[in-house]
Amino acid sequence: MFDDLRDLYQEVILDHGRKPRNLRRLQDADRSAKGDNPMCGDRMELFLKLAPDGSIADAAFEGRGCAISMASASLMTETVKGKSAAEAHKLGEGFRALAMTGTCPDCGASLADEMERLQPLSGVHEFPSRVKCATLAWHTLNAALDGGSKEASSE
Amino acid sequence: MSFDVARIRQDFPILGSMVRGKPLVFLDSGASAQKPRAVVQAMVRSMEERYANVHRGAYQLSEAATADYEAARAAVARFLNAADPREVIFTGNSTAAINLVAHSWGRGVMRPGQAVLISELEHHANIVPWQMLRDDGRGIELRVCRVTDSGELDMEDLAAKLADGKVGLVSIAHMSNVLGTVVPAERIVAMAHAAGAKVLFDGSQAVVHRKVDMQALGADFYVFTGHKLYGPTGIGVLWARLEHQERMPPFLGGGDMIASVSFERTTWAEPPAKFEAGTPPIVEAVGLHAAIDYVTAIGMPAVEAHERTLVDHAMRRLSDIDGLSLLGAAQDRGGVFAFGLDNAHAHDLATLLDRAGIAVRAGRHCAEPLHARFGVEGGTCRASFGLYTTEAEIDYLAEALTKAREFFS
Repeated sequence: MFDDLRDLYQEVILDHGRKPRNLRRLQDADRSAKGDNPMCGDRMELFLKLAPDGSIADAAFEGRGCAISMASASLMTETVKGKSAAEAHKLGEGFRALAMTGTCPDCGASLADEMERLQPLSGVHEFPSRVKCATLAWHTLNAALDGGSKEASSE
Repeated sequence: MSFDVARIRQDFPILGSMVRGKPLVFLDSGASAQKPRAVVQAMVRSMEERYANVHRGAYQLSEAATADYEAARAAVARFLNAADPREVIFTGNSTAAINLVAHSWGRGVMRPGQAVLISELEHHANIVPWQMLRDDGRGIELRVCRVTDSGELDMEDLAAKLADGKVGLVSIAHMSNVLGTVVPAERIVAMAHAAGAKVLFDGSQAVVHRKVDMQALGADFYVFTGHKLYGPTGIGVLWARLEHQERMPPFLGGGDMIASVSFERTTWAEPPAKFEAGTPPIVEAVGLHAAIDYVTAIGMPAVEAHERTLVDHAMRRLSDIDGLSLLGAAQDRGGVFAFGLDNAHAHDLATLLDRAGIAVRAGRHCAEPLHARFGVEGGTCRASFGLYTTEAEIDYLAEALTKAREFFS
């Protein structure tokens, strides 16, 4: 009945959805932001630890939500570690293109490895009502990078 | 007339459509119901043959449109068994009707020190207007009656919160849009009136599922919306006793709600025109009239009996599914089931069901405090039935839920 949904719910998504990586509070976080999907009830709080050069030394989150939003937050925290703020923003732009269209033609070679890690979430573009589940974590990342403690919304 | 669901389904063109290659199984009538051909045709006829603005043209078309609009009011009055058609005020929807009462009765008639009493099972439409009233600096308090673990109104708590005589208005959903609970409306009216409070029921869900009778119920205000009753969007109803309408100041000002206007002084039209400022939903009123004629021809007792069969069937089938939990277990309930699976979030589940052609709602169904009350902040899926819903569709839902649980295991 649901075989064709394996494109959306690939094994890596289900795995990260069930066992999100970096699901914890960073007590000594330099930055944090809350994200909220009011329509869905997805909620998360993102914590960033910055290195002296401003790059992301560690990323973790707490929250609850659907498999897509949990998997996206989990994969995001893995891929942004070690990235500068500019690189993280660029990755976020690339991810939003991926989630909305299924591809990112403007994503250059510099982030190719990271984009490949995020590729399993591209199936969400066929489900317009679910795109915001995938992008919530990245909206929250922007809020955390741009200011102290803000509330992000994917609406 | 015997209830023939197969024949009824033929009246709803959309029910024959395919979704993602599967026949549509529409289980979201609680959000908005599908429309029978009779409603569509009545609205087309109104626009093609009998359309002009109402209450103002001294020409034949305007007179025809005015007659249709007022005939719709009379049809609503008969549907509710209201004593007088003037008790029927047309609004945009239930939300607009509740806001009308919150502004006009709440700000114009209620006094500082009085309270509004709602309950934990309310839709946001019956929470937020009262919070706005409370926060308006008029000294009006907002009280919330508890709901029991089985999803019924806690009548002891209701009595306790009425006891000091300060409650001016009790405003409660006649039927919950999440739990399906039908509240003991007559008992609430008796308790509220004994404590000196007026009563408003949000009948958005209830009027679809059973016969309601204003003269028997004895409430003060009753609201419902057209689009859940197989009618069009853009029209709702506030039923209000004439004596209350007399005391209430207008809500919106404008054309049609006045007797005379000068820059110094304007006088109000008689009820219910006083509360219908501006060009009203004319075509929508015709559509609502057709919808009422449609359900009345089938007969509300037959609709209710069909739904009882569906509710019993759904209870049996859904209870059999491993890992499925139902929200609420009220004795008296209508065809609304909110549920969760132990291994799937509501949104993931809704996406899967959509792939099977099944339309359910996922989220908190405009009842966030109720979801918090039951500890399901992440939301639930909700299947809600209409008069066209079949037992076979419920079987198919149960089969899909079983397979969905396997999918996520």
